[in-house]
Amino acid sequence: MRQIVIALLTGLVFGAGLALSDMVNPARVLAFLDIFGAWDPALAFVMIGAIIPSSIAYWFTRRMQRPVFDTQFFIPENQTIDRQLLIGGAIFGAGWGLAGYCPGPAIAGMALGDWQPFVLVAAMLAGMWMQRQFTDFNQRRIMAA
Amino acid sequence: MTDIAPLDPLVALAGGLLIGLAAALLLVFSGRIAGISGMVARAVGIADTGIPRAQALAFVAGLPLGAVLVSTWVRTPDIGVTTSIPLLIVAGLLVGFGTRMGNGCTSGHGVCGVSRLSPRSIAATASFMLVGFLVVGTVRVMVGG
Repeated sequence: MRQIVIALLTGLVFGAGLALSDMVNPARVLAFLDIFGAWDPALAFVMIGAIIPSSIAYWFTRRMQRPVFDTQFFIPENQTIDRQLLIGGAIFGAGWGLAGYCPGPAIAGMALGDWQPFVLVAAMLAGMWMQRQFTDFNQRRIMAA
Repeated sequence: MTDIAPLDPLVALAGGLLIGLAAALLLVFSGRIAGISGMVARAVGIADTGIPRAQALAFVAGLPLGAVLVSTWVRTPDIGVTTSIPLLIVAGLLVGFGTRMGNGCTSGHGVCGVSRLSPRSIAATASFMLVGFLVVGTVRVMVGG
């Protein structure tokens, strides 16, 4: 229960940050990605601002035995840079560059009065589902071989 | 590309600090990475490992709540976004497929992963940023902005 409250609270603070920094505005995101045009540095400031507390927390938790409300930390340990990571990142980057939405702003944007985030999120869920089917299909093929 | 009014870098930085604070709190209290694409996949049941589903749902629900609070009381964003449904659908499909294939998006890789200097996340972030620049640059050339 305490962890559900933390999840809701952190989601709320995250969404507040996205709105304050104008990251819920695809035009702002695209203006950052538009390095050959009138480049807008806002997203860089957002990233710097986000990395400061986040990196301090990471450094701090390395000296903690366990998180406050759980028995262990759940930090990815995988260090391998493989094709799947880079191609997945590239596919995401293409979608991000087309409409200016990444997952957080799309979800947060659903509450700000525009219809576009609903279309994007529906398609995003479909894309996630397709990726899952693709992965499961490959798993079955490997198992069968 | 439509030109938009510049955002005060301090406001962008403050929004970023909130995002990083959210990631920091989730890590310290629950030991989890604030990766939104993973949270969304978990919340809707497309992913079946990772953060417990109730927490994923709470986090995802918090995003629009936080955005509404800020846009009501602090700063109303002036949102500029495409009205092309096919473009939103293609973008959403790519964002959904790519973030699952690459195991993360701007939050999980870009903020949390870069904060802990994860080589995987730095590579993924470079990948989606680079393709984002290329796609926006290509659109600029094709549209003739």
